[in-house]
Amino acid sequence: MAPILEINNLYKNYGSVEILKDINVAIEQGDFLVLVGPSGCGKSTLLNCIAGLEPITKGSMAIGGQDMTNVSPKDRDIAMVFQSYALYPTMTVAKNITFGMKVRGIDPAIQEEKLTYVAQQLQIEPLLKRKPGQLSGGQRQRVAMGRALVRDPKLFLFDEPLSNLDAKLRVEMRTEIKALHQRLGASMVYVTHDQIEAMTLATKIVVMKAGVIQQIGTPAEIYNRPANLFVADFMGSPAMNLIPAKTKANGNGMQIEIARKDGDPIMLTDTRNQDLPENVIIGVRPEDIADASSVRSGDAQEADCLIDIVEPAGADTFAVMQLGGKHVTARLHSETTAAAGAAQRLAFDLGKVSYFEPETGLRLN
Amino acid sequence: MTDMSYTSTRSGNSAGKIALRWGLYLMLGLFALFYLMPLFVMVTTSFKSLEEIRTGDLISLPREVTLDAWRTAWSGACTGIQCEGVRPFFWNSVQIAIPAVFISTLIGALNGYVVAQWRFKGANLFFALMLFGCFIPFQVVLLPMARMLGLMGLAGTIPGLIFVHVIYGLGFTTLFFRNYYVSIPSELTKAAKVDGAGFFRIFWSVFLPLSLPIIVVTVIWQFTQIWNDFLFGISFSQAGTQPVTVALNNIVNSTTGIKAYNVDMAAAIIAALPTLFVYVVAGKYFVRGLTAGSVKG
Amino acid sequence: MTKWLEENTPKLVLAPSFVIVLIFVYGFIAWTAWVSLTRSRLLPKYEIEGFIQYDRLFASPRWDTAFSNLFVFGFLFIVIAMILGLILAILLDQNIRTEGAIRTIYLYPMALSMIVTGTAWKWILNPGLGLEATVRGWGFENFTFDWLVNPDMAIYTIVIAAIWQSSGFVMALFLAGLRSVDQEIIKAAQVDGIPTWRVYTAIIIPSMAPIFLSAFIVLSHLAIKSFDLVIALTGGGPGYATDLPATYMYAMAFSRGDIGQAASSAMIMMMVVFAIVVPYLYSELRSKDD
Repeated sequence: MAPILEINNLYKNYGSVEILKDINVAIEQGDFLVLVGPSGCGKSTLLNCIAGLEPITKGSMAIGGQDMTNVSPKDRDIAMVFQSYALYPTMTVAKNITFGMKVRGIDPAIQEEKLTYVAQQLQIEPLLKRKPGQLSGGQRQRVAMGRALVRDPKLFLFDEPLSNLDAKLRVEMRTEIKALHQRLGASMVYVTHDQIEAMTLATKIVVMKAGVIQQIGTPAEIYNRPANLFVADFMGSPAMNLIPAKTKANGNGMQIEIARKDGDPIMLTDTRNQDLPENVIIGVRPEDIADASSVRSGDAQEADCLIDIVEPAGADTFAVMQLGGKHVTARLHSETTAAAGAAQRLAFDLGKVSYFEPETGLRLN
Repeated sequence: MTDMSYTSTRSGNSAGKIALRWGLYLMLGLFALFYLMPLFVMVTTSFKSLEEIRTGDLISLPREVTLDAWRTAWSGACTGIQCEGVRPFFWNSVQIAIPAVFISTLIGALNGYVVAQWRFKGANLFFALMLFGCFIPFQVVLLPMARMLGLMGLAGTIPGLIFVHVIYGLGFTTLFFRNYYVSIPSELTKAAKVDGAGFFRIFWSVFLPLSLPIIVVTVIWQFTQIWNDFLFGISFSQAGTQPVTVALNNIVNSTTGIKAYNVDMAAAIIAALPTLFVYVVAGKYFVRGLTAGSVKG
Repeated sequence: MTKWLEENTPKLVLAPSFVIVLIFVYGFIAWTAWVSLTRSRLLPKYEIEGFIQYDRLFASPRWDTAFSNLFVFGFLFIVIAMILGLILAILLDQNIRTEGAIRTIYLYPMALSMIVTGTAWKWILNPGLGLEATVRGWGFENFTFDWLVNPDMAIYTIVIAAIWQSSGFVMALFLAGLRSVDQEIIKAAQVDGIPTWRVYTAIIIPSMAPIFLSAFIVLSHLAIKSFDLVIALTGGGPGYATDLPATYMYAMAFSRGDIGQAASSAMIMMMVVFAIVVPYLYSELRSKDD
């Protein structure tokens, strides 16, 4: 079967400014694709191009196997949810949801039937006669979703749909969108700047920066094997520790030397990787640095570290120290004995470590 | 609201404060008299007989209220050789203002919708050209317009005046609607496009229902401008098609017979009534129109 | 074809207005500019002869009066209307209970036609029966107020009537400006114990600079276009003592049949407007683009 969405060599310029450069993405039926990146990276523009709301400069695009490069939005069989919800302010909730069908001249009886179904799905039946101005943020969000759902399109597009909600509601709606995706098995493209949203929702993530795709992969791939320093830094919270280090081959692997502000460097031995250049940046997730007493993994290597700051965060406690001239965060148990100003024996799990070339920022292992 | 009252409680004793307050109201009252006086004089004069005007003074109330002056002003006063009062000219103004207001508002709404929501290369240039057209002194187009109306066979006709008012009103109507629509998020247009609606459908179903306030502002602005216009009226009309302002001026400056000030005043009030009525009924929108073009938004 | 139509509907909708503006504004300005450089009299001629019309214009004592009247009238009108408008706005800004009613009273003249305003003031200022006669009737036998028929003073009657008509509008502008000042700054000043008048002079009024500019633009534009008021109040007289460029242009175009003079005086008016409005519009459009 043809991919539900296929973008080939897409370029988008505004005048002489290149907004999107050589974008290639394809997703299958039922995929949940998340476009993530910092603001200005071109992710919303890409979504608008998929919707047909922005013409593309070069390249091609197909939805459901049909070429849509020059097709207008209404004929692409898509539905879209916007950041500001973009509900029609003068229409009731019911009219908002049925407007698309009305424009397309669908039989009123069918409109009514679909409206009832969608309202039930989203639990907005009591709101149908109200105007958007009388709804709360979360309710508007639901109506916007309803307007998309009722169309039953080949492809759903979401443009930062949760960013106008408060933190608690955002988490609730995130779960609901995920549940909806699983229930419908629909194909979705979702834009966000929030990497946690990306991780939780996606079956496939596209990380973008300055109009260029940095990495495409499943959430696990992106998290565990970031393709470059940008992705490593952007995905994950607290961010991956990126520590300059020196390597040297020794008998059974690479010896890694991390400088310390005071005292001898930390020496670790990585037995899984060979042939690393002398200067690398080593990427370690905070959860891969733990209290030595609580770790049993064979790859763990221990070292005493001077803790600068201890930040309890409920389930975890974060400890911050200085390694290789950088602040390094470790994710410890909440019962840790670590204290600011004191040394703590920590274990570094080298099993999931990433190495990057310092100049190009590209992944080495 | 700027709340200055509690500063004065701190700085002055309460007697001084009360005196200050009275002084304030006195000043406001005096200014109110200044603005009301001409209207008062117009109204009282229009109810006096010529006799009383010659003997009495300007600001006294009429001893004997008479409607003669109003009757004459409406249907008997001479505007040159014609002596039919302002009535026919009042209807001329109605016939000019209503279609001109309607057409210029409609086109302005469409223009504003395009400029604000369907941006394309050159749309901003168009808007700048339009905006500048609001500011030209109309004297600079009077001569060629007179010739153009002649060429079009519209010289001295009411359709000709409608045409002129539509053209030179477009700048303002476009400006009003553009500034209103530009504050509506463009996502609304995008959502409607995805929903399958086209250019006119989006305008009709999404934007027009939102536009009531700006339509009211624009209609009031255009109506006031066109009703009160004198320059185009006197330049492009002929006997029989003149608007009420021109007729009023002719009555006041007519040299035949004795000066009937009471009739002049009655005619002036009649000419002013429609716009005054609009002002009283929808003053809020009137002021919004006045300030729309001049306050940075 | 439908695709093309769909994409170009916005342009097609704008096209008629674009053509109209091009012809009826810019084309007509060009026509007037062209004719102002010819020997046109009763009928337009199209052979360019240079600046003879402008030479004639500035040699004409009537234009001289009209042009200097514009500056006398414009200066007094703008300055007084702005001061009065500001005072009224500040007075009204003191928590006046009847503010709505008072504002309505101050602003209603703006709804009137200039012709109506002129007619009313012509009657009030009429020396035989108006204000002068009334004050004399009160016992002040020697009171004279004959500005309307005094060639040296008649221009000031136009200033009075114009201020009466427009100062309420300036007040409305300033009042909106006063209320858009950040209230936190004012509260901070009050907490610091700064007296009310100092709050106005040091904080509020300086922050309203853009409103002053807008008011200036609108008023100067009104002054240059002033035509109806002069016609209704003085008819340009006595003699041509109260002529303004607008009435001069009209007289040349429609009563004297001197198209060349009409065109050149219109062009001068246009240039005065240009000098004031173009920098303003330019900065407005620039700041909107940012």
